[in-house]
Amino acid sequence: MKLDDLVHEVSEWLKGSGPDPDIVISSRVRLARNIQSSPFVHWANRRKGKSILSKLEEAVGAIPHMKSALFLRIDELTETDKQFLLERHLISHEHAQGGGFRGVAISDREVISIMLNEEDHLRIQVLQSGFNLSEAWRLASSVDRELEQRLELAYSPSWGYLTACPTNTGTGLRASVMVHLPCLMMTKQIGKVLQALNKLSLAARGLFGEGTEAAGNFFQFSNQVTLGQSEEDIIDNLERVIRQIIDHEKEARKVLLGQNKEKLFDQIWRSYGTLRNSYIINSQETINLMSLVRLGVDMGIVSNIDRKVVNELFILTQPAHLQKLEGKDLTPQERDVKRAELIRGKLNHEGRK
Amino acid sequence: MVCENCGKKQATVHLTEIINGKMSELHLCDTCAQEKGASMKQHFSLADLLAGLTDVGMAGATSQETPVCPNCGLSYADFKKVGRLGCSECYEAFRESLAPLLKRIHGSTRHVGRMPERSGKTTEKGNQFQDLAKRLEHAIATEEYEEAARLRDEMRKMETAERRVKDRPKKEEA
Ligand SMILES: [Zn+2]
Ligand SMILES: [Zn+2]
Repeated sequence: MKLDDLVHEVSEWLKGSGPDPDIVISSRVRLARNIQSSPFVHWANRRKGKSILSKLEEAVGAIPHMKSALFLRIDELTETDKQFLLERHLISHEHAQGGGFRGVAISDREVISIMLNEEDHLRIQVLQSGFNLSEAWRLASSVDRELEQRLELAYSPSWGYLTACPTNTGTGLRASVMVHLPCLMMTKQIGKVLQALNKLSLAARGLFGEGTEAAGNFFQFSNQVTLGQSEEDIIDNLERVIRQIIDHEKEARKVLLGQNKEKLFDQIWRSYGTLRNSYIINSQETINLMSLVRLGVDMGIVSNIDRKVVNELFILTQPAHLQKLEGKDLTPQERDVKRAELIRGKLNHEGRK
Repeated sequence: MVCENCGKKQATVHLTEIINGKMSELHLCDTCAQEKGASMKQHFSLADLLAGLTDVGMAGATSQETPVCPNCGLSYADFKKVGRLGCSECYEAFRESLAPLLKRIHGSTRHVGRMPERSGKTTEKGNQFQDLAKRLEHAIATEEYEEAARLRDEMRKMETAERRVKDRPKKEEA
């Protein structure tokens, strides 16, 4: 497998399957692990950084889960390629921009990706479609077990897995869930939800867009605490909270459908109409309109489009993906035209079904 | 360096802020730092935590006392600047300072999650340790303080033994 082949594949997490796919896009588990006594990448000189990366590549390449994985070195990638991996959630922003000897290993269907020499030596990430943290954890933990056979991992009985940043010490586990909450936004209840999360020391952020702004009503919720709770408890807690948020969103959808059906239908179908008939569209507008179309699909209001197609469009319409599909660099103006063309094509094709 | 917020006064406070796992640096004058301090509280900020701890530790400490990791050469002052440790052994070198920091970040200083399975010996020890930790928790919950004190001593002994095995320069009696 090569990097360029990925653009024609649908990542596992975008399949639109798994539990609660109408509200939860995907679930992710990330484990931070380090080699005992070796310097972290920010503190390693070039020679050391390079030898650590080789050591990591060798160990990761030898474990059963990553037998046929795609290995990439970040410094050998173009800016578009890095952006492409970022858009597919295979590497972090820091990893793309960090410099030094960094790598990534990507498994089949992009279920497992392992960042090498990120902030920590190893960042094991498992992405699953839908609300499926337990499966993500199961996989991540078995990758962890395979890796510890080959590497002396930094661990202390009192403080657990030792990480570059003390915010990850202990389990090194960050569990996160990507959710779509358009009706909690419309009914202005989202503020309350975010406040409650804060009290439970869970973190919330917008999925697209910068900082706390959540373009397209997509949010990512994750645990903050990694020390003093077991992995199962961390995942349990997050699951329980997300379960409640899902119920609130479902309730809000019901209420809107009951009390303000015409307005809801109007918003959804106008969004669909705009997307199907645009010749120039930027990514911000795309995400906002696609959010409403997705809501229509999830509520059975728009019935001629598959959820998978909607999910796919979220990724394919992002800048690096458009350029990969086109096979060349595009200016922002050219991208807006290509984006509109791609959306029209997909929706009109689906619409004829 | 000029304050990044007002652009007027000299920046004297250098914060490393971590939001959503992303680190950013902030250089502020004292006036803006105080104002910012209030608005940043909602965020989970390592800088605030570190800043708070510095105040506490400042009283007796002088700059040449800043501990240095014997394995990687990172000093505690370096850590405060970049917000990241240099290697896994920094945890041992900065144990005294890291314990309260971890407590503030996580509300706990005791790992209760999984451990590597690798060598049987490590695992056995780790199991023993975690077993003691669990019993300690229970003892505290049921207010059996004598038992709790005994368990705590036993855990300390295990930790010191572990450190001695690792042949580290001894600084912990200080
Ligand atoms: Zn200022
Ligand atoms: Zn060190």
